[in-house]
Amino acid sequence: MPAPVEARGLVKRYGEIVAVDHVDLTVETGNVYGYLGPNGAGKTTSLRMLLGLIRPDEGAVRLFGRDPLVDGARALDGVAGFVEEPRFYPYLSARKNLELLAAYDAGGARDRIDSVLETVELTERAGDKVKGYSHGMRQRLGIAGALLRDPRLLLLDEPTTGLDPAGIRDMRDLVRRLAEQGMTIVLSSHILAEVEALCDRVAILRRGRVVFEGALAELRDAAGGFYALRTTDQARALRVCQAHAGLSGVRPDDGAVRFSGPEDAVASLSIALGEASVGILALVPHVATLEELFFDVTESERAAEPEPARAVGAAS
Amino acid sequence: MGGALTVYRWELRKLLSQKRTYIGLLFATAVPIIFVTTVAARNHGPEDVPFGRYVLQSGLAVPLVLLTFGAYWLFPLITALVAGDIVASEDHNGTLKTILTRSLDRAPIFAGKALAACTYAFVALLAMAVVALVGGGIMAGFHSLVSLSGTTVHPGRALVLIGGSFLVYFVPMLGIAAIGLLFSTLARNSAAAVVGTLMLSFVLQLVAILPGLGGIKPYLLTNQFFAWHGFLRVPTDWAPIGHALWVCAIWFVASLVVGAIVFVRRDVAGG
Repeated sequence: MPAPVEARGLVKRYGEIVAVDHVDLTVETGNVYGYLGPNGAGKTTSLRMLLGLIRPDEGAVRLFGRDPLVDGARALDGVAGFVEEPRFYPYLSARKNLELLAAYDAGGARDRIDSVLETVELTERAGDKVKGYSHGMRQRLGIAGALLRDPRLLLLDEPTTGLDPAGIRDMRDLVRRLAEQGMTIVLSSHILAEVEALCDRVAILRRGRVVFEGALAELRDAAGGFYALRTTDQARALRVCQAHAGLSGVRPDDGAVRFSGPEDAVASLSIALGEASVGILALVPHVATLEELFFDVTESERAAEPEPARAVGAAS
Repeated sequence: MGGALTVYRWELRKLLSQKRTYIGLLFATAVPIIFVTTVAARNHGPEDVPFGRYVLQSGLAVPLVLLTFGAYWLFPLITALVAGDIVASEDHNGTLKTILTRSLDRAPIFAGKALAACTYAFVALLAMAVVALVGGGIMAGFHSLVSLSGTTVHPGRALVLIGGSFLVYFVPMLGIAAIGLLFSTLARNSAAAVVGTLMLSFVLQLVAILPGLGGIKPYLLTNQFFAWHGFLRVPTDWAPIGHALWVCAIWFVASLVVGAIVFVRRDVAGG
């Protein structure tokens, strides 16, 4: 069965600006895929290309094997989602908006209106015009509109943006529930904690380019952790560490000795320190947070690369 | 086709939920009321307009006088009010991305919108005709009408000719609707599209009276607003009517095809 999302060599230029620069993405069935990047990195532009809303200048998209530009709306069979904030007709009620969308959908979308309203907890306000809705309610209505299509692939662009803490919690719970039901989800976000809490794979986008793609665990492994050691004799401890097999990156750091290495090497180090009459005051493992990894990836790219094409600011 | 009809039905429902719809209809019905009230109060009809001098003799002349008045700005405006808004408002609301990520292709969505814009123009014209007839009937009764050839036309026959005249009058309105739709798709801004459509209509009328440009006058869209005069001649003069049909068809098809191509291919980057 073809992958839910397969994008190859996507490029979108706006004049001199390259908003998306040769992006490759593969999202497998069952993935909760985080599409991470700072604002302006090209996330929304990529998602719009996935949904067939804008034409890539180069490259192609396949959703379950179908190209939105070739197969039109048929390519969106089993696909739903929204880019930026979901928008509705303000002068119609939520229910009328969903009825309109259901009419534009094939199949039994209309029969699902009540259940999706219940899923997003908007049943009681369904008769109110959308112009009176709060931002959070519109976000939830956006999810309801997407669920009407009974999707196998859900594309969500910054779904928690602008929500209050309770709204963020509810939205994350909802995404988690949908993922548990087996839905493949692509979630774009610039909020690292969100991706950390929900996603199993990530692509990190910077200035229109994918600078990391893989499992979250791989990202952590790639960046690795380190240990900070404080002892009764830092000078001697530094020498012991430098001589100890299996450790790397040994250096003094803010009154401690900092190094990386596998657990067994760290265990034998503690014995070696004891044998050298160095008392251990603290040996603290430090696991990199996703935030640090994210900045590691994006900042190191920035430092390492010559200035590539500029990314779009507003049309992230 | 089914998709276009689905969109058409929903476009009509959306129109019914918007104030703008009723403003256009209010214009269309207020103008004949104001006209009849003024003529009745002054006991004098407009002399320099076809059928103007007969409005106090027969109420059947009232809708025909208003067809001439309406050609200059009223019907271009009412038509543009919805046609110019019908795509651009989706841009403004950001709802284009909402409807374009469902199961309908862009072409039937555009077709449904075009159909709705044309329907609105027709309803506005019909509303004006009905109010003008009722108002004229109350003011002067339904008596025989004097045709443009000077012959007397009995009320029953006159009603048929008025019906035909309104249908022929609707043809250039379809052209205006297609232009409004094109501008609505290009401009992505309702006000610009509505004003643009109206301005184009004014420019075409201006071109028609500029010296030295008489050769293109028969091919101007706005000129076809007077083709219905052919119906009110005895015998019926079909030449201007046939001419109006093909001239308007060119304006209509060209605007609609360009609009549809732009709509189908355009990037939806906003909203």
